[in-house]
Amino acid sequence: MHPAFSVIGFTVASGAGYGLFILLVLAEVYGFADIDVPVALSAGLLALVLISGGLLSSTLHLANPKQAWRAFFRFKTSWLSREGVFALVFYPLALLYLIGVYVNDAQANGLVAFVGLSAVVIALATVFSTGMIYGCLKTIRQWNTALTPTNYIVLALATGSVLLVLILAFAGKDSKTMAGIAIALLALGAMTKAIYYFWIRTVIGPTINTATGFTQGKVRLLDTGHTAGTFLTREFSYQAQHSLLTQLRIVVFALGFVLPIALLAFMILAWSSGWVALVGVFAMFAGITAERWLFFAEARHVVNLYHGAQHT
Amino acid sequence: MKLGLVVDLDVCVGCHACAVSCKQWNTSGMSGALTDYNPYGEDPSGVWFNRVRSYEVGDYPQNKTINFPMSCMHCEQADCVDVCPTGASYKRVEDGIVLIDQDKCMGCNYCSWACPYGARELDRSTGTMKKCTLCLDRIYDERLEEVDRQPSCVITCPAHARHFGDFDDPDSNVSQLVRERGGYQLMPELGYSPTNRYLPPRVTRLIPTEDVSKKSLISSVKEWVNKMVER
Repeated sequence: MHPAFSVIGFTVASGAGYGLFILLVLAEVYGFADIDVPVALSAGLLALVLISGGLLSSTLHLANPKQAWRAFFRFKTSWLSREGVFALVFYPLALLYLIGVYVNDAQANGLVAFVGLSAVVIALATVFSTGMIYGCLKTIRQWNTALTPTNYIVLALATGSVLLVLILAFAGKDSKTMAGIAIALLALGAMTKAIYYFWIRTVIGPTINTATGFTQGKVRLLDTGHTAGTFLTREFSYQAQHSLLTQLRIVVFALGFVLPIALLAFMILAWSSGWVALVGVFAMFAGITAERWLFFAEARHVVNLYHGAQHT
Repeated sequence: MKLGLVVDLDVCVGCHACAVSCKQWNTSGMSGALTDYNPYGEDPSGVWFNRVRSYEVGDYPQNKTINFPMSCMHCEQADCVDVCPTGASYKRVEDGIVLIDQDKCMGCNYCSWACPYGARELDRSTGTMKKCTLCLDRIYDERLEEVDRQPSCVITCPAHARHFGDFDDPDSNVSQLVRERGGYQLMPELGYSPTNRYLPPRVTRLIPTEDVSKKSLISSVKEWVNKMVER
């Protein structure tokens, strides 16, 4: 699949935003981090900025955005519609929660906690829907697996937790517990991603033989019937060099998981500075952006079989 | 009703007449223009509902060229309809034709991702997705002669490789063809249950090539002269 930067930016930014908000609410309600009003508001606003920026960026890939308002009306069948609805429901809950925290002087109890935890559920539903947009497609075997929504949820939580560590560290709060949680989530993300890469190595699904119905012999493409590219070749035929894919996987693990984990461990053991966390955040976003780019670049749509691919 | 096409791979000669006639009819049809990009330039491209590809099946000498026309299969389990977030993409209950409401489409490309057959193409000039309508504006037009109430590609095909009909009716021409010739679906394992069927090539004798005798001197000279003489 063609890796469109608007969608890559959307999923990375909004995922981190939802993850940050989820961890903010959980940390505040269950008290595993020292969160006061400035921390809550800055984390909440950063989450909303990331989510909104991501959503706006996702509309950039629409060819006819003036009809985008209609996208909320197929909740019954379409995961894309579900994501839109959940994303919309999240805003009033998130704003109410932040107002409640402000008014209640960072005491998240009673109604404020209820609103916050409702926002957590909706945020998780949104990220799950984002994953299922890709996971439900039977045409792309690399996506049509339970690992797709799993990766989206785990990486959203992991990126969000590192952002919360960053905010806590710059606010001069104790960030050790949060850093520990972030390490656990990053390690979990690295594991699910490793399982995913291992999983998609096995070739399954349709071949050029089942695509054409000639299952008894070798089938080779002689002619595509067009001299220049078509919508199908532009949208689906993207194929990166194998060496680039391998190198980027190293980037994903080195920058996305190993370096942030090492920096967070350094923060716990030695020097709890916001600047260390900032380096970790930059490294992590570079790695996760590479991960999302690979997610698209490695996906092979079955329509490629008709353009001569023997399998997907 | 379950309207659809049968494509006979035994007789398709790969002339692309179906694709061209489809484009000619539908560019002024209900899906608006089928825009061409850079039509007179180096890389002419554009929106087509029908594409013909050619494959070599088997290894020499047991090989065969198969021309393979493809358009929307009007699947019974049409994921392109289910994934559409705006409701622009829909499947008609009465005859099973899958269509796109051009006034509702926001051009997100998601339906084209869900389609395994490459039947949907985005028109960059309108920003909307376009696809085969099974010539809805022909097959129900009572001002046309009965024989003309068929999709443009079917009427045009000079080899009679395309047939249109109702698959729900066991006595229709398409149902009979599928029964007699073993018509099959493409990629049935994905579970889309496409309505369109393909008829496999008939099994024929190989044309022997070993007994072709070497050319005599006289025939070679004749051939050379024939080539040199300007007509």
